[in-house]
Amino acid sequence: MNRREFVKKLAAASALAAAAAMFPGIVFADQQEQELPAGEITWKKSPCRFCGVGCGLKIGLQKGKAVAVKGDPDSPVNKGLCCVKGYHSVMALYAKDRLTKPLVRKNGKLVETSIDEALDLVASKMQETIDKHGKDSVSMYGSGQWTIPDGYVASKFMKGAIGTNNLEANARLCMASAVTGFLTTFGMDEPMGCYEDIDHADVFVLWGNNMAEMHPVLFSRLLDQRLKRSNVKIIDLATRTTRTSTAADRSILFKPQTDLAIANAICYEIINNGWVNQEFVRKHCAFKKGKTNIGYGLEDNFKFKDEATGIDLDEFKEFLKDYRPDKVEKMSGVSAKDIKYLAAVYGNPNKKVTSFWCMGMNQHTRGTWINNLVYNIHLLVGKISTPGNSPFSLTGQPSACGTVREVGTLTHKLPHGVVMNEKDRKMAAEIWKVPVENIPPKPSLHTVEMFRALDRGEVRFMWIQVTNPMVTMPKLNRYRDGALKEDRFIVVSDVYPTPTTDIADVILPSAMWIEREGMYGNSERRTQHFEQLVDAPGDCMSDTWQIIEVARRMGFEKQFPWSYEEHIPEIWKEYSLFHEGAKHGMAPYQVLKSQPGAQWPYVNGKSTQWRFHGKYDPACKGNTYDFYGKPEGKAWIWARPYEAAPEEPDQEYPFLLNTGRVIEHWHTGSMTRRIPVLHQAVPKAYVELHPDDAKQMGIRNGNQVRLVSRRGKIDLPASVNERGKPVRGHVFVPFFDEGKLINELTLDAFCPISKQPDYKKCAIKIEKV
Amino acid sequence: MLVKSYLVFPKEGEKNNLVDKLNQFDWCEVLPAQNKDVLVLVTDTLDESDEDICLNQLNEIQEIKHYTLVSGFEENENHTSQ
Repeated sequence: MNRREFVKKLAAASALAAAAAMFPGIVFADQQEQELPAGEITWKKSPCRFCGVGCGLKIGLQKGKAVAVKGDPDSPVNKGLCCVKGYHSVMALYAKDRLTKPLVRKNGKLVETSIDEALDLVASKMQETIDKHGKDSVSMYGSGQWTIPDGYVASKFMKGAIGTNNLEANARLCMASAVTGFLTTFGMDEPMGCYEDIDHADVFVLWGNNMAEMHPVLFSRLLDQRLKRSNVKIIDLATRTTRTSTAADRSILFKPQTDLAIANAICYEIINNGWVNQEFVRKHCAFKKGKTNIGYGLEDNFKFKDEATGIDLDEFKEFLKDYRPDKVEKMSGVSAKDIKYLAAVYGNPNKKVTSFWCMGMNQHTRGTWINNLVYNIHLLVGKISTPGNSPFSLTGQPSACGTVREVGTLTHKLPHGVVMNEKDRKMAAEIWKVPVENIPPKPSLHTVEMFRALDRGEVRFMWIQVTNPMVTMPKLNRYRDGALKEDRFIVVSDVYPTPTTDIADVILPSAMWIEREGMYGNSERRTQHFEQLVDAPGDCMSDTWQIIEVARRMGFEKQFPWSYEEHIPEIWKEYSLFHEGAKHGMAPYQVLKSQPGAQWPYVNGKSTQWRFHGKYDPACKGNTYDFYGKPEGKAWIWARPYEAAPEEPDQEYPFLLNTGRVIEHWHTGSMTRRIPVLHQAVPKAYVELHPDDAKQMGIRNGNQVRLVSRRGKIDLPASVNERGKPVRGHVFVPFFDEGKLINELTLDAFCPISKQPDYKKCAIKIEKV
Repeated sequence: MLVKSYLVFPKEGEKNNLVDKLNQFDWCEVLPAQNKDVLVLVTDTLDESDEDICLNQLNEIQEIKHYTLVSGFEENENHTSQ
């Protein structure tokens, strides 16, 4: 067998294994199922580096390099499937402009230095800033691409050792509303269900979620179920027609922000038609209302604290009277007939319904509210915490859940609980071996406010790891100018040059993904371990070890005592102490090493697939529902009104700008734009226009147009009737292209509860160039 | 050398026609399941532009309901990019 034939056999074997996982009992001809020769390539497991689905991959290794990728048929996440980014993922390790040496800015120019000198400089500058301006003048900004050990040592270093809560992560920009949605409704973060819900649900309702491009492997699983079971339906509820809309059984378009009104109208219909699961609601739910007219966070130092007030079912019904389908039709553009159809889907006692959402609901100035409202729908009909009945918030990064949410790399969080809680602070201090007084009892700066503080001069030192805020921050011009001001010191740890390394005073070259050992935690509470499979180039060092090195240089050897060889298992052992018990127990290190992940709560050697129901969740009391995150064991149904977006189109700025991703590129494109096949597929950003708007303005496909907002302007080629189609008066621009920074136009308004910005709605005007 | 494998789902009743059509292309191998409406497709192309041509041909086949990428392999030299 020659090499070409061998490779083709390998590719066929992967597909046969995927087919076997998707279709139990499937039979191929005997010859095709023969074992393939081994040797030549060694295959090792790893979770994918890209999105939050957390697909299990097999990485092919040859002569010390990663050369091939296939979906892991043993992974319950993707069952052998793999998307275009996952397949090409290892190529992101090997682009020619990889950062391999530390760089320090001297006389305005970045010059190479040794890793020891660079780490010495980071430690001394951090200490000098603390001495001069206080602990809260230094900050660290990481991401949902941090491994769990990265985030854990960052938290211990900043909160336990230094003693500041100035620790944030870019998941504030993508998942914070999901977190506050979970906490306000259930008292505990992260989905109660799992991807296996896909195999049980009859109807999938996608709330502003272009799954076909953003979570393609999960979407393939939806399509697979529709092929297998004729009753399965997919409903796409969106603000723009996408590939998901065209693949769905029903596409319903709504005016941005009015998802709040639609969700309430669905609840109105459910109640009005007698579809409420009365027993479930009586036993397991409580009704609450919060503050209204809560603002948008546009001003510096904005403060808001919500307050829950108990109400009863009658008061909730009264509240919903403003959301009769005929009224909401006028607000949302969705016909009363479609609203009633959606309500009937959720209200049908014989249908299992799973709702999926991601950035559409989270990047929203009322993000917490819309999360609450979709939970309301599931709670009213009792469709939750059982196979196929699942309100499911998806994530966009490989460890937004595992690191940012579970480790708690946000200003208010600790690995267990929050800084405001004395018991949680005591627990952290004990495990970290620091005085409890070290951990400040008040949250300090959330992400937008942290960059505002950098601009104002209250923060003077910022260490950014594995994220690219000079592409992703809204109202970017202000925050770039702020970072470049005199007497600011910026450290950036990354794998490639980006607009963020452009503002750095020190660049630390990072070991990427399988060049170091680590763990990610995906959207379904699955923690997945990966070992170091290849050597990191040059002086590249893991983000975990960079933090440990700097911490030791600052005198915190006692808190970071581990040997290089054992630091990951030791960190895992220490971190697991925070989550001991039936509600959040983590799988032991050896278990994670041996299998494609485990789902917490991991109790008595078993993962938990569905939380809050005694049949599946060992933390529940009894054999039925138990929403144990809330003291009374009940989930909260919230009265949350529709409130308009802060900036709506007007005469001067008549269009609405929406931003997002494309399947080929991941986030800011710093990795995928270096993979030729992905880069060539979509090399540059563009602006999608509705064909009638384009015609009216005399704009044809490919014409350069200028988008202007109150904050910035940008020229882009027009895209008409191509990948996606906005409604009239709206445009869409992907944000992956660092040469076309769309966030110079966006608004830094955020949800007052979650502090997550809204990247989906701001007003612009369009000029033909 | 660019080798990829896909799961291909035919439209109802079109599996055999689809296998016949795919077998006409010299850049692919087809492995139909014997008892399910799904088949494995292995594509073998020279490079990305060659692959684009093949995918365009694939997209024109009316008998395909949808297809999904499973795995792929590209020779070492192509893994160093830009």
